[in-house]
Amino acid sequence: MRKMLSRRTLITTGALGAGSLLSGCDALSRNQTFQNILGSAEDANFLVQRALGDRMELASEYSIKDLSPKFRANGTRDPGTPDYTASAAQGFADWQLRLTGLFKKPQNFSLAALLSMPQRTQITRHDCVEGWSAIGQWTGVPLKLLLDLAQLQDSAKFLVFHCADRLGGRPYYESIDLLDAFHPQTIMAHRLNGESVPIENGAPLRLRVERQLGYKHAKYVTGIEAVATLDNIGEGKGGYWEDVGNYEWYAGI
Amino acid sequence: MIKSQNNTAKRHKLTTRLWHWVNALCLLVLVMSGLTIFNAHPRLYWGEYGASDDYAWAAVGSSQTLGYVRLGETKIETTGFVGNWRDSNGQIQTWAFPGWATIPSYYSLAEGRRWHFFFAWIFSVGLAFFMIRSLFNRHVQKDLHISRAEWRPSSIWRDVRNHLRLRFHEVSSVNIYNILQKFSYVGVIFILLPLMIFTGLAMSPAMDANWPWLTDIFGGRQSARSIHFIGMSLLLLFFIVHMITLLLAGPFKQTWAMITGGKREDSDHA
Ligand code: HEM
Repeated sequence: MRKMLSRRTLITTGALGAGSLLSGCDALSRNQTFQNILGSAEDANFLVQRALGDRMELASEYSIKDLSPKFRANGTRDPGTPDYTASAAQGFADWQLRLTGLFKKPQNFSLAALLSMPQRTQITRHDCVEGWSAIGQWTGVPLKLLLDLAQLQDSAKFLVFHCADRLGGRPYYESIDLLDAFHPQTIMAHRLNGESVPIENGAPLRLRVERQLGYKHAKYVTGIEAVATLDNIGEGKGGYWEDVGNYEWYAGI
Repeated sequence: MIKSQNNTAKRHKLTTRLWHWVNALCLLVLVMSGLTIFNAHPRLYWGEYGASDDYAWAAVGSSQTLGYVRLGETKIETTGFVGNWRDSNGQIQTWAFPGWATIPSYYSLAEGRRWHFFFAWIFSVGLAFFMIRSLFNRHVQKDLHISRAEWRPSSIWRDVRNHLRLRFHEVSSVNIYNILQKFSYVGVIFILLPLMIFTGLAMSPAMDANWPWLTDIFGGRQSARSIHFIGMSLLLLFFIVHMITLLLAGPFKQTWAMITGGKREDSDHA
């Protein structure tokens, strides 16, 4: 008898406990202060991951036989705006990459100009925040070469990548700091697996920033803006998904 | 020595108890927030890469009418539970794991990840602290070390038989844990839990640049993700067995002992 009672109490307390735990977690999850506390772990991730290695450590590179049979596309599959569609129709011959903001020599690069510069080809693994991975071969201009030409001002701390696509009515954008900007594997890619980057993967130009998750790799890039702070771009969190979906700005894990 | 009335006569040391409960909370949050993360892409692969067009060795399938889990070529229908379930408003949801099993209970990958990584830090620091502490205060050597006599098949077999007869109290006065307990505790603390940390780190693209050997050890990022998930399943299994033995061995007394420390002598036979 006593055992029955205690078992029943145990089960009801357990169920009640689990129930309040769950709704408690949801309430906490929606609370901004608590979000900030949880977010502090992400700052720790950033500090530790940047402290390990020599900060310019290369992401793993693979060989042709490791390629994914199909490189999965995610997010925007086709920007579909009149301008973009018209440009795509003529092979992006009129595409311009505009370097603006805190540069000593702001300038534009046509796709042809980018193609005539030294290139880097790398076979790397693309890791999506959702959990899947795809291996692809990317060819592009090292971002460092563009920065050397346009010359950052001393006050510049971040690069913002403006894109031709919109998601949910907002322009897509992303940003990285200068450590990643000058990293040897950070390239403005225009070829995937030996062919022009397909539209669904970000034609004609997408960022590769190999040590971070997929949403950092801005597609359809039209401009690179050098800024001192991210506060005045979008909602100030440094990227489309950071603003809209609360993803972390530093996407190293 | 065991019977002496100094404070080492407690059944569980303070560090063991503290760690046990902090760890229990961490694991609960890590499993539930992990399931939120899993829901973002409920497919598991072997090797470096793996995405929707590649073959998944395990996957959850869902539609408005059907939920199923596919393991290899075997489909197991899970409608109402996994892949197709009703939320608290009675609406059909087609995320893999149901709201009662995830943190938060609604789908938010960003929030699930924040919970996961925050508790991953507490869990990892706690585990490291507990391991070092248990070596120094001789918890491992005294309570978890498996003696040569215990390794004998006959003594293992005797313990198995005792378990099957649901007799848990054949504890010698020196040992607070029997051999099957020792196997599972050592296996979980020194193999499974560290494995969760290392497979977790192996999935990070930044760690992959820092320590490429870590991802390689597990055979690639998607393998690390699969092993991370299998590890979680083994932990759940351990938890279930842990709860069953707890219920059979006397839930209140045992839980109380894990809170207050309890007594080292086996007073059940008194
Ligand atoms: C023992 C405690 C843990 C449990 C039970 C657990 C459970 C899970 C589960 C179920 C998932 C989702 C499915 C999967 O990808 O396998 C997951 C994802 C993840 N966990 Fe853990 N985890 C634990 C500890 C950790 C630790 C310590 C770390 C970090 C070092 C970590 C890092 C990750 C990462 C990065 C993911 C995302 C993988 C993805 O993108 O799909 N986990 N975890």
